[in-house]
Amino acid sequence: MITPENLVYEKTKVMTDRVLHYCPGCGHGTAHRMLAEVIDELGIQGDTIGVAPVGCSVLAYYYFNVDMQEAAHGRAPAVATGIKRVLPEKYVFTYQGDGDLAAIGTAETIHACNRGENILIVFINNGIYGMTGGQMAPTTLPGMKSSTSPRGRDVATMGNPLKITELIAELPGTYFVTRQSVHTPGNARKTRRALKKALEYQKLNKGTCFVEIVANCPSGWKMTPVQSNKWMEEHMFSFYPLGDIKVPEK
Amino acid sequence: MARKGDVVIDIEKCKGCEVCLSACPHEVLALSNEVNSKGYHYTVKVNSACTGCANCAVVCPDAVITVYREKK
Repeated sequence: MITPENLVYEKTKVMTDRVLHYCPGCGHGTAHRMLAEVIDELGIQGDTIGVAPVGCSVLAYYYFNVDMQEAAHGRAPAVATGIKRVLPEKYVFTYQGDGDLAAIGTAETIHACNRGENILIVFINNGIYGMTGGQMAPTTLPGMKSSTSPRGRDVATMGNPLKITELIAELPGTYFVTRQSVHTPGNARKTRRALKKALEYQKLNKGTCFVEIVANCPSGWKMTPVQSNKWMEEHMFSFYPLGDIKVPEK
Repeated sequence: MARKGDVVIDIEKCKGCEVCLSACPHEVLALSNEVNSKGYHYTVKVNSACTGCANCAVVCPDAVITVYREKK
């Protein structure tokens, strides 16, 4: 049975053999792998350049077996813009969390999308600042507890959560905007299809492709991985509904 | 009769998050009583009902599962 011809699934070679530093059950690992599998499937490992963010996924450059560049906090779309303009034939992606993309990097994100840079932005939204200790992020849900909103986010004093993906879909520069998740096999496969589409569109030079992945943060949410996935289904998806937000017109 | 499958688990990289357990449609996987060198209870195969659907491997955040499936 365990022979090479019966092999149906193994870790893609576009991911390195390094052990991921993420907490047990964190969606980052699956999200990394889905993107790596698409790069593998399209055969563009040598032509892909990734830009890593600041946040939990700051070490993404250790895990993707492609050329990677680290950007200053929130500035990944600006760095990716530069890379893509100098090397327009390469596939360029950024991989950013919500603290990076939707907080400190809001300006860079919106302007890169508005200019319609031909890059792929992968946005991991877990509604919390995971790396620094579970503080409230712009994407934290109303009433959601975090270490800096221990009684739950009070919209009257702490403001409304930012649905940056919907905001970006309104901009003329974006071509494909979608929201996915990776917590079940079906959702992970849908995410892989969305990422594949996004990289195929990049070849057509049509504009920015933006893939949000709603993810869990078991450590920040103070739950087990399985509980956090269930909590995400029950609470996150009603506020951040999954599905395509902007699709290319036929 | 469903096709037969098998999984190989890299127990040293497994963090025991249990996400694969709920993804398996045939309850093939369970957590071990032993721990690996990092102190995590790791996933083990407990029966031979595996059909090689690869659901567990797709959701595994740490990519520790390799899946095999018998050819028709």
